[in-house]
Amino acid sequence: MSKLTDAFKNQKAFIPFVAANDPDFEGTVNNVVALAKGGADIVELGIPFSDPIADGPVIQAADLRALKADPDLPMDTIFDMVKEIRKQTDVPLAFLTYLNIVFQYGYEAFTARCEELGIYGLVIPDMPLEERGELAPIAEKHNVDLIPLVTPISADRIEKIAAAATGFIYVVSSLGVTGERSEFANGLADLVNRIRKVTDVPTAIGFGIHTPEQATEMAQIADGAIVGSACVNIVAEYGHQAPAKLTDYTKQMKAAVNANPVR
Amino acid sequence: MTELNLELNKNISGRYGEYGGQYIPETLMNELDRMTKAYEHYKNDPEFKTELHDLLVDYANRPSLLYYAERMTKDLGGAQIYLKREDLNHTGAHKINNVIGQALLAKHMGKTRLIAETGAGQHGVATATIAAYFGMECEIFMGKEDTDRQRLNVYRMELLGAKVHPVTSGSMVLKDAINAALQDWTKRVDDTFYLMGSATGPHPYPLMVRDFQSVISQESKKQLKEKTGKLPDMVVACVGGGSNAIGSFANYIDDPSVQLVGAEAAGKGVETELTAATVERGSDGIFHGMKSMFLQNKTGQINPVYSISAGLDYPGVGPEHAYLAKTGRAQYVGITDDEAVQAFEYIAKTEGIVAAIESCHAVAYVEKIAPKMRKDQIIVCTLSGRGDKDVASIAKYRGVDIDE
Repeated sequence: MSKLTDAFKNQKAFIPFVAANDPDFEGTVNNVVALAKGGADIVELGIPFSDPIADGPVIQAADLRALKADPDLPMDTIFDMVKEIRKQTDVPLAFLTYLNIVFQYGYEAFTARCEELGIYGLVIPDMPLEERGELAPIAEKHNVDLIPLVTPISADRIEKIAAAATGFIYVVSSLGVTGERSEFANGLADLVNRIRKVTDVPTAIGFGIHTPEQATEMAQIADGAIVGSACVNIVAEYGHQAPAKLTDYTKQMKAAVNANPVR
Repeated sequence: MTELNLELNKNISGRYGEYGGQYIPETLMNELDRMTKAYEHYKNDPEFKTELHDLLVDYANRPSLLYYAERMTKDLGGAQIYLKREDLNHTGAHKINNVIGQALLAKHMGKTRLIAETGAGQHGVATATIAAYFGMECEIFMGKEDTDRQRLNVYRMELLGAKVHPVTSGSMVLKDAINAALQDWTKRVDDTFYLMGSATGPHPYPLMVRDFQSVISQESKKQLKEKTGKLPDMVVACVGGGSNAIGSFANYIDDPSVQLVGAEAAGKGVETELTAATVERGSDGIFHGMKSMFLQNKTGQINPVYSISAGLDYPGVGPEHAYLAKTGRAQYVGITDDEAVQAFEYIAKTEGIVAAIESCHAVAYVEKIAPKMRKDQIIVCTLSGRGDKDVASIAKYRGVDIDE
């Protein structure tokens, strides 16, 4: 079974996100280790992209910071970060990036490196169901799950996307881009129920979640909660002092997602 | 003018060889699907086609002239040069052809709000114009760098009733404006139509934009036949994203005797870092919804690009151009800032036409190639827009201080 799916076993999952090379190589390693230490079930590591069209201002700014430090930031440097991370934790990892980064490295080479380093999944916001075909068989061969996104307006696409999913399903809480918000779309419970009718692959809700109360609410609906911008804000504010704060925040959020009995 | 043939190319898959596709967030997929189906429906709908025709004729001032540039022809001493005068359209550029088509489709889809990106402001002005005509809400995304450089066009869009958003993310130019427009669209898809300005982006945009711009070559083919009884030997147009070029090429792609040439913006030179020559310098990639050719680094980060022409400084090219380049059906040549500025002055003095600096990239290539061709050969060169907007910046380029 997928290592990512395993992370949801018998509990609600908390999935934080930080961007690679923000603030630097060592900071990235420390941030991910700190998230794992706080109890993160899966950590999403963002590979910076010059033009992150699905991301809001906070993650855009993180990508820019990461690339400003090293405009050429080779993919191999990021794989080296993962190698360092792997010396300290076996927390399940997934990359979040845009397809061009994977395409330039080569689908075969990229997913082979992922397999070797224990990157179990890829979240690629600009690769919808219809365009999965060029990468899916190669990723499958290397045991890398392609985590699909489902949105409140996916409508009759929901079942098709769910049926093809492995790892977990990323349920987008509301329209627009990533970033903290105070309200989520109506009908998320119906959306998750439609997914559950088609597949046993777990669901995690993301986009906008930042408070423990929101995490509790979302984890009642789905199997986990994904938090990006709030973690990135901690890194932006505290720089090299971020790890301790990330650990504290993760403990709090991890408790919040499990504030309800397991379904 | 005969009705525009929207069935020119039977390939409606959204793929041009390996290029094209729909690499776009899930949030937009249903909307793109609705748009694709609506376009497939309306392009065969007689009422839609009549409306489109009437707007092209009565509002946009079509057909545009195919003008025999006799003085240029004599001066260059080679091939006969015909200029397709898109600069004479309403709003002063080819952009109007596409915005009429897409806005009409938006209206039929029940949309009430148009959003668009713009670089220099030409597409923004065209979109604001058609939004005013249809009484639609209109918001334009424009990089902060560009709103500062093109204040006149910002005011013009506002005059037409549009709201202009200066985009402060990234490098604050055209590609960032596209990012911002896409992001706005993901927030509000139900009443909003994203009116893309070039033959770029996810399917069905490259197809629709090509079809709506193919009016250029549908007319030029007929006009040249009436004047000379012949096909051209070469068609030349400038390429940024590539909408005027694909429209200029479309009706000749199946005529192998017609050579197709796209003039790219080489900026300070194709071999320098200050360039926008995507086909010559770029490589295959996936960005802005399409697999195509892009200027990017080894990791896949999209490069900042440069050209004197704000309308050509885009780091990619439409997927059909990438395909035409790969298969060798069309050639793409880099024209530097210096060459384009020289052509701007040349065509003004020789023919009495102040053409857009974008279009002057094509004119510069004609100046190079015409003398090498026989006198019985014919070049059709598209003048995609008029150059009033560029006069101040050309003066500055030449070190002349004028009050704007």
